[in-house]
Amino acid sequence: MDKGFSPVGLRVLVVDDDPTWLKILEKMLKKCSYEVTTCGLAREALRLLRERKDRYDIVISDVNMPDMDGFKLLEHVGLELDLPVIMMSVDGETKRVMKGVQHGACDYLLKPIRMKELKIIWQHVLRKKLQEVRDIEGCYEGGADWFTRNDETHYLGGGEDVSFGRKRKEFDFEKKLLLQDESDPSSSTSKKARVVWSFELHQKFVNAVNQIGCDHKAGPKKILDLMNVPWLTRENVASHLQKYRLYLSRLEKGKELKCYSGGVKNMDSPPKDAEFSSLIHKGETDPKQLASSSVSDPSSDVHMPPKAKKTRVEFDPPISSSAFDSLIPWDDVIEPKPTILYESSFLQQQPLPSQSPYVANSAPTLMEDEMKPSYETCVNADEFLMPQDKNSTVILQDLVDLSAPSVISSNVTNDTETMLRSLNWELPESHHSGFIDTDLDFSWIQNEHFLANTSGNFQNFQFQDYSCSPSLLSELPPHLWFGNEPEEYTLMIDNGLFIS
Amino acid sequence: MELGQMQKSLQDYTKSLFVEGILDSQFLQLPQLQDESNSDFVSQVVSLFFQDSDRILNDLSLSLDQKVVDFEKVDPYVHQLKGSSSSIGAQRVKNACVVFRSFCEQKNVEACHRCLQQVKQEYYLVKNRLETLFKLEQQIVASGGMISAMDLGF
Repeated sequence: MDKGFSPVGLRVLVVDDDPTWLKILEKMLKKCSYEVTTCGLAREALRLLRERKDRYDIVISDVNMPDMDGFKLLEHVGLELDLPVIMMSVDGETKRVMKGVQHGACDYLLKPIRMKELKIIWQHVLRKKLQEVRDIEGCYEGGADWFTRNDETHYLGGGEDVSFGRKRKEFDFEKKLLLQDESDPSSSTSKKARVVWSFELHQKFVNAVNQIGCDHKAGPKKILDLMNVPWLTRENVASHLQKYRLYLSRLEKGKELKCYSGGVKNMDSPPKDAEFSSLIHKGETDPKQLASSSVSDPSSDVHMPPKAKKTRVEFDPPISSSAFDSLIPWDDVIEPKPTILYESSFLQQQPLPSQSPYVANSAPTLMEDEMKPSYETCVNADEFLMPQDKNSTVILQDLVDLSAPSVISSNVTNDTETMLRSLNWELPESHHSGFIDTDLDFSWIQNEHFLANTSGNFQNFQFQDYSCSPSLLSELPPHLWFGNEPEEYTLMIDNGLFIS
Repeated sequence: MELGQMQKSLQDYTKSLFVEGILDSQFLQLPQLQDESNSDFVSQVVSLFFQDSDRILNDLSLSLDQKVVDFEKVDPYVHQLKGSSSSIGAQRVKNACVVFRSFCEQKNVEACHRCLQQVKQEYYLVKNRLETLFKLEQQIVASGGMISAMDLGF
């Protein structure tokens, strides 16, 4: 569906075992100018939906179906097909409604249903589309300036609780990063611009890092200086660097990479960036020093969900299994929506064949905007709304094999591994991520799923640039590398590239 | 009986169904869905309701007549009946189902039997009244008159 979005012709599948209601609803929906398909059985509905995934825009189903629990159907539809689902029932008990919401229903209608309720169901479809667009748009922003994202969170609603939560988390995280910068009092204003890490910009970044080479300290400041991009800030670079390193580690693990544990052994709290710079230049990595200079308690700033909160002293699998349990199924079925893509390879992530058409299509846009400080708001989102209209042009086409998304060349993997090992990054076998925050975890998992299928394409390119990369991230004591809280990543980044 | 009188009778009759609480406002939604493409939408829907309810009541009676009543089976039937009665606005049937379900929850066989009787009573009542209503309408139409939503008096 690539209309400018009109409710007319919305393709609705209505599922109800009550023949009277089915007939009434069919008539009501037709009166709303929707295109209606009726179904009396849940299994039949699933069959129809799976048969032609793109044939329907929204599903309305009764909770009580004879052949399958309506909530189960809801889950299937939501997970496999990612369609908005509205539940209906003559029963309006709060706990049932809650169950519906928990299972991902974007609405719960009480019978008897009125016309006015059906007239607005198209909003759920639109909302979902916009959400997807914004998710993907986020992939292309490597900067720390996600302030404007805050506006977007207001548009997000519906059943996508996790992604909504994730955006909030990112906002909080990034906000924290920005607030940490004391050097520029007007930083909060100046940083409202989003940095789009275009291919070219990232090239500069990579070149700068290489230039610094193996024997020098490669902190964000130095990188920034070398990049010679006037409008770029150190924070932008720091953030990008952080993401890049994480990307590398994910590459290393490929599909299995779920964790960045290395243990944050002695860190109590992250120092401020300013102090970090001084630390970097001094070559100090004394944990005590770091510990003593804390910005603020990250736990209060970043609003980590309690279950994921853990001490920084020891890195134990931070993610409660329940968090993961809920995340894992999503990993399997949800369209990958990488929230953070870095490097030219990850700037234009190859979409999986049947998924994320938006991703590839947005690449050309980025290329055009590369050097401008982009005050991206919804402009790109609008463009993204009609991805089918654009051609899939990918910058790295000559470098990657588009038809083999799941190739992961082993020698390249080895390189990554070597690199990472030289960094003394522990490559954990266990199945957890460095993020406490489950929302972020969610995004990482999705990322990994996505990257796992596409990373192979980029590895060659990747490592041409980083032949001496081991030094870049080396020397930093492991305990400084892995954060349980996002701030710690900042810490790590600032210290990460310094080589004594 | 002349046409005008018949129409008046129809109006009064319809009104009484609402006054007595046999039907609720949901019933008024149905004629609004009727148009040229399906000029007997309302009667079709009501017929469906009758068919479905007959079936449910039958199954419900059978399950309650078991030596050992399985409320896991009984309750869903009552729920179904509640749902379908809500579709045409058969208010008293729906209310009777609500009471019925609460006794199912309590697993009170005796009370459930009484509830079943109550539900049946309400069901036959609304069925009867609606059949009369449609007959009145048919007479009017047969006499050359027109039925519109306005004739229902609301």
